[in-house]
Amino acid sequence: MPSIILFAPLIGALIAGFGWRVIGEKGAQFLTTGLLILAAVFSWVVFFQSYPEAETITILRWVESGTLSVDWAIRMDRLTQIMLVVVTTVSALVHVYSLGYMEDDPQWNEGESYKPRFFAYLSFFTFAMLMLVTSDNLLQMFFGWEGVGVASYLLIGFYYKKPSANAAAIKAFVVNRVGDFGFALGIFGIFYMTDSISFDVIFTQGHHLAEVNMGFLGMEFAAIEVLTFLLFIGAMGKSAQLFLHTWLPDAMEGPTPVSALIHAATMVTAGVFLVARMSPLFEYAPATLTFVTIIGATTAFVAATIGLVQNDIKRVIAYSTMSQLGYMFAAAGVGVYQVAMFHLFTHAFFKAMLFLGAGSVITAMHHEQDMRNYGGLRKKIPYTFWAMMIGTLAITGVGIPLTFVGFAGFFSKDAIIESTFAAGSAAGQYAFWMLVIAAAMTAFYSWRLMFMTFYGKPKGDKHTHEHAHESPLVMLVPLGVLAIGAVLSGVLGYGYFFGDSVVAWFGDAVHNHDIEHTLHAAHHVPTWVKLSPFVAMLLGSVTAWVFYVWKTDIPAALAARNGALYRFLLNKWYFDEVYDILFVKPAFKIGQFLWKKGDGSVIDGGLNGLAMGIIPWFTKLAGRWQSGYVFTYALAMILGVGGLITWFLITRGIN
Amino acid sequence: MIGNDVNVVLPELVLVGAAMAVLMWGVFSKREVGAQALWAISALFIGVGAWIALTGRGTDAAFNNMFINDGFGRFAKITMLWSGAAVLLLSKPYLERAKLMKFEFPVLVALAMVGMMMMVSAGNMIALYMGLELQSLALYVIAAFNRDSLRSSEAGLKYFVLGAISSGLLLYGMSLVYGYTGALGFAEITDVIAAEGLPLGALFGLVFIVTGMAFKVSAAPFHMWTPDVYEGSPTPVTALFATAPKMAAAAMITRILFDAFGGVISDWQQILALLALLSMFVGAVAAIGQTNIKRLMAYSSIGHMGFAIMGLAAGSEAGVQNMLIYMVVYVTTNIGVFAFILNMEKDGRAVTDISALSLYSRVAPGRAFALLILMFSLAGIPPLVGFFAKLYVLQAAFDAGLGWLAIAGVVASVISAFYYLRIIYLMYFGEASEALDGKIPMLHMGLLAASAAAMVFGIINMFGVEGYALSAARALLG
Repeated sequence: MPSIILFAPLIGALIAGFGWRVIGEKGAQFLTTGLLILAAVFSWVVFFQSYPEAETITILRWVESGTLSVDWAIRMDRLTQIMLVVVTTVSALVHVYSLGYMEDDPQWNEGESYKPRFFAYLSFFTFAMLMLVTSDNLLQMFFGWEGVGVASYLLIGFYYKKPSANAAAIKAFVVNRVGDFGFALGIFGIFYMTDSISFDVIFTQGHHLAEVNMGFLGMEFAAIEVLTFLLFIGAMGKSAQLFLHTWLPDAMEGPTPVSALIHAATMVTAGVFLVARMSPLFEYAPATLTFVTIIGATTAFVAATIGLVQNDIKRVIAYSTMSQLGYMFAAAGVGVYQVAMFHLFTHAFFKAMLFLGAGSVITAMHHEQDMRNYGGLRKKIPYTFWAMMIGTLAITGVGIPLTFVGFAGFFSKDAIIESTFAAGSAAGQYAFWMLVIAAAMTAFYSWRLMFMTFYGKPKGDKHTHEHAHESPLVMLVPLGVLAIGAVLSGVLGYGYFFGDSVVAWFGDAVHNHDIEHTLHAAHHVPTWVKLSPFVAMLLGSVTAWVFYVWKTDIPAALAARNGALYRFLLNKWYFDEVYDILFVKPAFKIGQFLWKKGDGSVIDGGLNGLAMGIIPWFTKLAGRWQSGYVFTYALAMILGVGGLITWFLITRGIN
Repeated sequence: MIGNDVNVVLPELVLVGAAMAVLMWGVFSKREVGAQALWAISALFIGVGAWIALTGRGTDAAFNNMFINDGFGRFAKITMLWSGAAVLLLSKPYLERAKLMKFEFPVLVALAMVGMMMMVSAGNMIALYMGLELQSLALYVIAAFNRDSLRSSEAGLKYFVLGAISSGLLLYGMSLVYGYTGALGFAEITDVIAAEGLPLGALFGLVFIVTGMAFKVSAAPFHMWTPDVYEGSPTPVTALFATAPKMAAAAMITRILFDAFGGVISDWQQILALLALLSMFVGAVAAIGQTNIKRLMAYSSIGHMGFAIMGLAAGSEAGVQNMLIYMVVYVTTNIGVFAFILNMEKDGRAVTDISALSLYSRVAPGRAFALLILMFSLAGIPPLVGFFAKLYVLQAAFDAGLGWLAIAGVVASVISAFYYLRIIYLMYFGEASEALDGKIPMLHMGLLAASAAAMVFGIINMFGVEGYALSAARALLG
């Protein structure tokens, strides 16, 4: 059954991608969607079967070279099951949703065939993602890692007629290269130190690696710190953490279902999954874990600040995603990988839902994405409104404190915040405050989105508003399914991810030094800590209501008064501009130089000179010697003999 | 004793006897029996080749070590006999059209073949010279076979005069070696050198010997006869020059260098490296200016012999093995190329200008494609067999410490790719011109296709040639 889950999307992708001319456009769409639904159903079946011990299903022997021996295998444990469910469910729903969303894409002309390609890419992405999460060694994981990178590239650049889409695709690919370079180095390093890249082997080496040193960048470090740090660089790239995050907002150039699937629910969480998967190593690397916590918390904060002022509906959600990923890393950093997975799990539902809802709004508004042109859509698209409402309630973490009543985000986010406080370390404290502030901002920008979109008076093009229409059923059904997850995944998952059943339920999939103690501490934080996220959420929500419903002139005034700060946030902390000056421009200059001078003048010039100047000259010379007279030929022979003899006389000496 | 000796040289004796018999038949027959004689000699070549291939085992010497029948010699002989047969069969339609289908032609080829077999089996300077002259005299005559043609006569005469000079150099070198070592047999020379070292006079002798033989393999700077003779001779004769005698000459050099001077490899290595370098570059650079496909193939053969000599210059078992592989690949390719060239015709007249190939792919796509494969293989473009042949000799040279020569070989190979690619360019993208006729006999088409197919499918295991070449090299190096 796991094999079917794994390969159904691949088969769908291959048939839809290469054979759609045979089975037709509709056939390709329904085939891929059907196979994905099948995979999703099987995933849930596997999920509810118990796997107390990690089970390995070997599919084939892959690489055999020296001491490197790699199988193609499925590692079936709790982590894998969680990811299987998340990936296949969201992917199946996105497939269904795309049946409606991609129906009449204005990017394409009449008669152009784009749908099979889109569905093939989606299925291919799903396969690669499953490859990543089921791998039982680092090479297979890297294969999936790069596979999702390629799929992401293809899908961001799906509207390849738009230069901005192509630029965004390239940006995503290049920025991910930086992370992947770290990841690859980490794999090499692990193989170098342990002579294996199989999880079973390297997971037993954590203690040993903590005691030996290895040289890196000319300095000596504990091997475990270097290796985990390098792996985390890879995770930062894929999960758009600070400094390697610039590609994610631009990735919104892709079609909205893609944003929901890849850039919210699945691929970007691969980094979190990597850290959780590698927990037997990370647990022995306190310095790296501190770094993970700080990066995660800072990312959550920075992304939230940027999200406050963005006007593109998809960008707001993109920064929200980045911020939520920061939450997950902060949790992983303080050693509660299970809680990180909890947030990953809940977030997948409500974030996919928000994106699909946004997609529904965008279709309703004829592909208008600027929220300043929305307003008052509540009546026009009621189902979408309610879906977005549930998503917003979930992401902002609405619930009744100190009880078990609330939306998904209420449980997972509060668990993270409590865990960071309970960690007791300085990094934990820093993370706690950052995350609480970020929670307030999360509430603000989420409600801002809601109020600007669905409340107030219609703004922007009147014609567009008049023709705003509710989306077809295929797009609403996935929203409904996700809504169930957004409401219930928190309360149902609480016990397994954060409550009493954690240790038994996760089994060996995650390694913690002292999970009982950590969880106990997290559960028994002071009450004000438990209340803090709720208060922050309330503050943010109320402010948003004041700003965008009650006194709608405040935001403009505020922006005018604090112009510098506003522009700073609007321009995303100027990350792109700084990178442009630091990396892009110099790289272009070097490229220009190597191209024009190096390639053009030196290589082309040299070769052309050689090929068109010097060699023809020799050819002419040879032609002139070839006079046709026997005596010339005889002379050449005699000269040849004379030359050889002379050379021998000189080199051997006359003795 | 004499019975044993005769047994060893039986294949050669059979060929000689057959040549004589055919000669008598031709002379006394009332009608012209050229075609039948050609068939007979071709069949005999194939038969004798198969006979050697099937029965040849171990090493035998005859006539006081004058003649050595060993694995190395047999490898060369089989290659020569079968390629000779292929060329003879290809010759027939051309000779008939040119009214040259006379019985003397196959007889002369048979005698040349005997000479070549003698060359590659010689164990003594005298025997070697005898074989060489027998081969050369026969080839001089067939170069001028179209005696009514000025160019053919000129080619024969030039070849003869320059060949005489090279024979003189060779004989002078042999006499020097004899004078300084007191021996003519290869084994004795080896013994003397082992005992007393190589005297300077004998080294001079060696240089002269190599020079004389370099003429036969048309290595630069002793190559200058090649383009003129290739161009002037009737095309079947050119095809013959490009195949069997090249193999014979290369094998002969190998035999004398390893059998007689195997103890002083470092001394002759330098000469060969220099010859290889010059040949590769002359072959590559000079061919660029050619418009006549026969001249072009002449320069091509100069360049390719440079590569073969490079393998030899390695002075190792692998070097000899890879040289033999290279020669077999080269000969096989050339049979295909000449099967093509022999059919370049317009209105019944042979055409040799390469511009006539313009857009040939539209006239005969199959043939054009076969030639494309052969040209790619000659240029050494992967994944065709020609690439691996080159790679092997480069590797042998590199392993022998001749890295600079290997690099030079790569550069020369890049330059030479130009003119091979130009032919392909003309065939596929050239400007429209008056097309060649589209006819080709079945046999020619078959050999062309087989040759091209061999270049493609040979990459699987080279049809086992590698193994045979290795045992041949082992037989020579002992």
